[in-house]
Amino acid sequence: MRWFEQLRMRILMLFRRRRASARLDDELSFHVERQIAENIAAGMNAEEARYSALRTFGNPTLLREQSRASWGWNGFESLMRDLRYSARTLRRTPTFSLMAILVIALCIGAATSLFTILRSVLLKPLPFRDPSQLIMVYEHFRGDWANQDSFNYNVVSPADYYDWRAQTHGFQDMAAWRWWQFNLTGERDELPEVVPAAAGTWNFFPLLGVQPAFGRTFTESEDHPGSNVVMLTWSVFERRFAGDPSIVGRQIHLDGKPCTVVGVLPKDFAYPDATVQVWVPYQAVASPEELRHHDWHGSHVIARLLRTVSLASAVSQVEAVQYREHMQNLNAPVAEDVAPRAITDDLAKDVKKPLILLMCAVACMLFIGCLNVANLLVARGAARQKEVAIRGALGAQRLTLVREQLTESLLICFVGGAGGVLLSLAATRWLAHAWKDLPSAQDIHVDGVVLVFACALVFAAALLAGLLPAISSTGKAAFAALQASSRTTGGSLSRTTLRKTLLTIEIGVTVMLLISAGLLLKSFVRLRSTDVGCSTDNVLTMSFSLPKGKYDKPEKVNAFNQSLLERLRALPGVRAVALGSTLPGNSWGGDDVFTIPEHPPIKPGAELPDALNRLADPGYFTALGIPLLQGRFFTMQDRDDHANKVIISYQLARQYFPGENPIGRHLVVSAKDKEGFEIVGVVGDTLWQVGQPTKAIMYFPLFSGNFENNFGFSLAVRTVSDPLAMSVPVQKQIAELDPQLPVSDVLTFAQVIGDSLATRVSARRSSWHSRRSLCCLPPLGFTESCLIW
Amino acid sequence: MGKPSDLVQGTLDLLILKTLLPEQMHGWAIAKRIQQLSGEVLQVQQGSLYPALHRLEQQGWIKAKWAESETGRQAKFYSLTAAGRAQLEKETANWNRLSAAINLVVSEA
Repeated sequence: MRWFEQLRMRILMLFRRRRASARLDDELSFHVERQIAENIAAGMNAEEARYSALRTFGNPTLLREQSRASWGWNGFESLMRDLRYSARTLRRTPTFSLMAILVIALCIGAATSLFTILRSVLLKPLPFRDPSQLIMVYEHFRGDWANQDSFNYNVVSPADYYDWRAQTHGFQDMAAWRWWQFNLTGERDELPEVVPAAAGTWNFFPLLGVQPAFGRTFTESEDHPGSNVVMLTWSVFERRFAGDPSIVGRQIHLDGKPCTVVGVLPKDFAYPDATVQVWVPYQAVASPEELRHHDWHGSHVIARLLRTVSLASAVSQVEAVQYREHMQNLNAPVAEDVAPRAITDDLAKDVKKPLILLMCAVACMLFIGCLNVANLLVARGAARQKEVAIRGALGAQRLTLVREQLTESLLICFVGGAGGVLLSLAATRWLAHAWKDLPSAQDIHVDGVVLVFACALVFAAALLAGLLPAISSTGKAAFAALQASSRTTGGSLSRTTLRKTLLTIEIGVTVMLLISAGLLLKSFVRLRSTDVGCSTDNVLTMSFSLPKGKYDKPEKVNAFNQSLLERLRALPGVRAVALGSTLPGNSWGGDDVFTIPEHPPIKPGAELPDALNRLADPGYFTALGIPLLQGRFFTMQDRDDHANKVIISYQLARQYFPGENPIGRHLVVSAKDKEGFEIVGVVGDTLWQVGQPTKAIMYFPLFSGNFENNFGFSLAVRTVSDPLAMSVPVQKQIAELDPQLPVSDVLTFAQVIGDSLATRVSARRSSWHSRRSLCCLPPLGFTESCLIW
Repeated sequence: MGKPSDLVQGTLDLLILKTLLPEQMHGWAIAKRIQQLSGEVLQVQQGSLYPALHRLEQQGWIKAKWAESETGRQAKFYSLTAAGRAQLEKETANWNRLSAAINLVVSEA
């Protein structure tokens, strides 16, 4: 029990320090009184007795100090004293203090915010079993394409995946998933909604080690074309189905088809990102024919390593299979190689580099901030030279003086750091929201680890900013101030040198930072002023996706599109309408390889020409302001049986028809038509994404009736005045044609381009549909906020 | 020639504990008692006594309370705790061993 007693005494001594002090004085004076009394009894007179008693007593201050020393908490007491002194000195120079605190707050705030994001994106382990064993495997082209980023890690085709899984034994298992999108409608007239979705093989969730929150995952027998089971992610489960577990076993409608909910994914499952709302089996969204394709790229393959097999040997097995596929499909874009990368790197995608760059910039900024504060402290040290000298002469130890000054910078950094953390709470939320390309965006928040990081930063900053000035101002030279001759307070030579050095470093780092910021700004400005290749003023855009079930025949799709175009063109305030699969500057869309029958055949194994594919209605080019360079645009006659026409971009003409007239030549697109498409026109180049090099594009007639899987359409409406004001009338027209059809991405064209600017660092996703914010169009009554958003 | 009051720290603790064994006492009385019992040889300086008392109190070997002294003034009285009694026994045994050993060496000469 003695430790308890000791603890009690220590705590008592901490909180009753003042009282204990008074008591000590009392105790000591009692002793002196008794001594005096004894002396008087021994025959001294009163005064003599007192003097004698005090003499025997010795130095009362020292005695008091020594007794206090036995109470403990001495370090704490001196820290409190230092803090009190520091606060007092800082209060006396409010401008200096505010400046210093502000500088530190900004620096710490920025560093903390970025660290938060860095941690969530790069460092936090994924909520899977053994995430370090998970590897993404992509196809990898060896040719000229290999130098292009997106082809280094090319998405995989279904047939390749199935061959890899069946023919190699280096991995524990391999699973595949692909992006998808559904129109989600309820059983009872609930609002239709476009939901981003993913399709995963039946072994996908077991491979990750993800247990459903309710129900079960897919079984092998459910993973077949036309399968009608679905798993919900937590967000749609909570949002749309009120978190009611009884949804398991019931039906929901995806693209008008009833699907049975078999399970609900856990809350922390946000792979591949948090926007995905529903999961379906991998084969459910593909036809048996598509699954046999080696060039239908679009899937992501995850493999789990065996403990006994190295990554290199597991990958080399897959590589051998892939090379065989390549040799067997020389006329199709089938990659020669595979490329693995860790799942975390894969998720971080290309934000890793900018993030680390930004972190370095912020570290530089923090460094500059500390130097700044250090410099201010050194400058102020000059003013306090005399005070320090006098205290030193009176016997204050150098350590005490250094400690006191350090406390001052600690106080500045602590207050600044607290402000910085508050700042970063707001900044992080903003950044996570504004940087759309960040993966796992919903996961980003300030937590304990981040706070510890911020505290460590504060202490490092305090040491950095405080130590140099403290040491310099308490050195031997400081005492020179006491000498009568040195009246100037300009400071010693050494201090001047120190300040000069600090300033030099500071200016050096600042210039470096400014130059890199300038370069960034320059490339940003260049991007801003990029010509997308079409006119973007006063254009309203939106997308919709016709559900396969309801629009099962090309005639139905054509009929919808045609009446939509007619209705919209008749609308007052509308100058022109463009309808196609993808708008310029919006996304990759899709690409196809082609051959030119008029040209000598390409040697087997050589690289096939490749171009982006687009659907375009006859008015598409005029409405978007894409110039016609040669030939003609599509007409309404280019449809159904007469639809084997193609319009090519200038880039394609230059690249594949150098020095010859492409009009009348043909393109044979293997996946589309064996006979080939006749080139009827050449149009100006447009960018598929701002900041990316121009790519050859082929445009096919919208009314060809040949859509493959492309049921997603993008609409651009050129208006007389404010385009967003037209969004409600335009959506009303769509709703009148099909009340069940949701539209998404209601934006101005300028916003679309700006968006692709913001996501310039993005890795391209080879998806057929643009997947982003959803906006639903209730059949009755729109709300303004929903539409703008 | 060393001063008689030049006590080694450990010894002072032992003396204080021993002095407090029969009854509670204030600082002044402790100093007087040690002086008296040692036949005026050991003079405890206040400079050592009070820091030692506070240290022992922090260690939990003695405890203090304020009470009226024989002169009618409030004084701080110290008394042994159970832990202090055990400590006293330990230190006494230590001292006996040490002093006997020193004695042996010194009387041999």
